[in-house]
Amino acid sequence: MGSITFIEHDGAEHAVEIETGKSLMQIAMNNGVPGIDADCGGEAACGTCHVIVDGDWIAATGKAGDEELQMLDMTPDRAPTSRLACQIIATDAMDGLVARLPEFQM
Amino acid sequence: MNFVNQLAEKGTAIIPMPLQIKAAHVLYKAKTKLGIYKEFPEFVEAPIPDVSTLAIEDVDVSNPFLYRQDRWESYFKRLRDECPVHYQKNSAFGPFWSVTRYDDILFVDKNHKLFSSEPFIVIGKAPDELAVEMFIAMDPPKHDVQRAAVQGAVAPKNLKEMEGLIRERTRDVLDKLPLNRPFNWVEDVSIELTSRMLATLLDFPYENRRKLVYWSDLAGGGTESTGGLNDSDELFRGMVDMSRHFSRLWYDKKARAATGERAGFDLITLLQSNDETRDLINRPLEFLGNLALLIVGGNDTTRNSMTGGVFALNRFPDEFTKLKNDPSLITNMVSEIIRWQTPLAHMRRVATQDVELNGQVIKKGDKVVMWYASGNRDERAIDQPEQFIIDRKNARNHLSFGFGVHRCMGNRLAELQLRILWEELLARFDRIDVIGEPEYVQSNFVRGYSKMIVKLTAKPTEA
Ligand code: HEM
Ligand code: FES
Repeated sequence: MGSITFIEHDGAEHAVEIETGKSLMQIAMNNGVPGIDADCGGEAACGTCHVIVDGDWIAATGKAGDEELQMLDMTPDRAPTSRLACQIIATDAMDGLVARLPEFQM
Repeated sequence: MNFVNQLAEKGTAIIPMPLQIKAAHVLYKAKTKLGIYKEFPEFVEAPIPDVSTLAIEDVDVSNPFLYRQDRWESYFKRLRDECPVHYQKNSAFGPFWSVTRYDDILFVDKNHKLFSSEPFIVIGKAPDELAVEMFIAMDPPKHDVQRAAVQGAVAPKNLKEMEGLIRERTRDVLDKLPLNRPFNWVEDVSIELTSRMLATLLDFPYENRRKLVYWSDLAGGGTESTGGLNDSDELFRGMVDMSRHFSRLWYDKKARAATGERAGFDLITLLQSNDETRDLINRPLEFLGNLALLIVGGNDTTRNSMTGGVFALNRFPDEFTKLKNDPSLITNMVSEIIRWQTPLAHMRRVATQDVELNGQVIKKGDKVVMWYASGNRDERAIDQPEQFIIDRKNARNHLSFGFGVHRCMGNRLAELQLRILWEELLARFDRIDVIGEPEYVQSNFVRGYSKMIVKLTAKPTEA
């Protein structure tokens, strides 16, 4: 058990409990974190669950896969540690992780 | 690059665009005369039989009157239930596969390596000579480069800039509408607003904005491509006119920028200020393709969502009451309108290898049509899909914008335009009554209205 913090573009923080085995997208949606649309419901096919993983946490989440990169490449707010939240499955090792939300979802 | 190609590229750069299209038209006519092209037969409307009377292999959802005759729901339901991946071998558009369930459509749309968007994305074909370069009909990596060049024009950041102008222009249209007197909503609201939005996007001369609508109606309405009413000659003439106006617009913007005029946030300015696309005018087919794609993409889709929303709220009057009681539902309703209407019935792909899908083997080279209109009514994915529910949970999870690398680039602009329309409508009108039945467009691609009579009642003035 631990927590993940989503930070909205305007700085508002949302610390939510980790549900291991669920995607970060699902966890954010379950907790009503604003700023994620998840239009395709977690299929890496809409790009509207974009998050920017903070600092060194990218080691815990891993880098984006090919399919994911295709969608991320179309996002204007793309950053080096960008990920689709629906493609990150939460583990206990992510306790303390910070994920920033872009100003807009594509 | 070989010498011939180089020469060809040079050629296209030197010969002015309108002349190129004219030459293509001459070639097209000659080929038709010589019998290289068969004259494509016109569609004659006949009553469509009840689907239960047909053998499954005779079900043909490419009939351009299916929507107008209100048979589409029963036809697609039969396919979804009995034969979700369905082969029709003798349609007017040749043989094609229909993919009708939500999950299968998502699979096809996502897997661009298995299912190519080339050479074209509607069920039929466009004249080869008119194959302008549109990235909607290109596969990665070419698609990605071209999309990246224009994406900024409709990216949310830019839309924030445009919102004020769109709202102002929407108000202007609504303030001029008659009260308590029937008028054609399609003409006076949907088309007018869409043309204003497109003119804003391109910074196109405002007084000529209806031309944008005319051109994109031509491009999207071919008999041979979607079962529509337009013939190829008219299409060619329209494209010549369009290329002339667009090149003029390009040079005019350039001249204005040179005099130090403040840069706008329109598409042309954007292209001219980006290193990759600064000289796009020298790649005429690409230039024309990108501009045409934006106006075609943003034209009847948005227009028919503007009409469809009013129609839906008339068919489901309790939802209108719900909306008036809680205008904060507008954002969610906009997604529901776009799902319920599904302005584009399909996108087409071609299998790049043999693929098994839901028990059927699709052969390399086969045409595969993803019917978004059917997927958006799939009971397996959407609860009570035939109902219009403005506070539907997960209303954003619909197929109308497609998925994957070709996902609609203008989705945020479309949502913005519709949100503004409904905010402004609710501020003014108490009732928006549809009088009689609307008239529908002839097409198996565009799901739209050619006419809808509406009567408005003003909000009672508050004491
Ligand atoms: C409710 C309104 C709209 C609907 C339903 C709609 C629907 C679609 C669909 C189904 C696709 C293809 C998706 C796929 O193949 O997976 C698409 C692509 C596209 N749309 Fe839209 N569209 C709408 C509004 C707009 C607007 C307003 C614009 C621009 C001004 C626009 C521009 C485009 C472009 C440029 C593409 C090609 C994207 C690509 O190939 O990467 N659309 N749209
Ligand atoms: S939910 Fe669509 S990409 Fe993650």
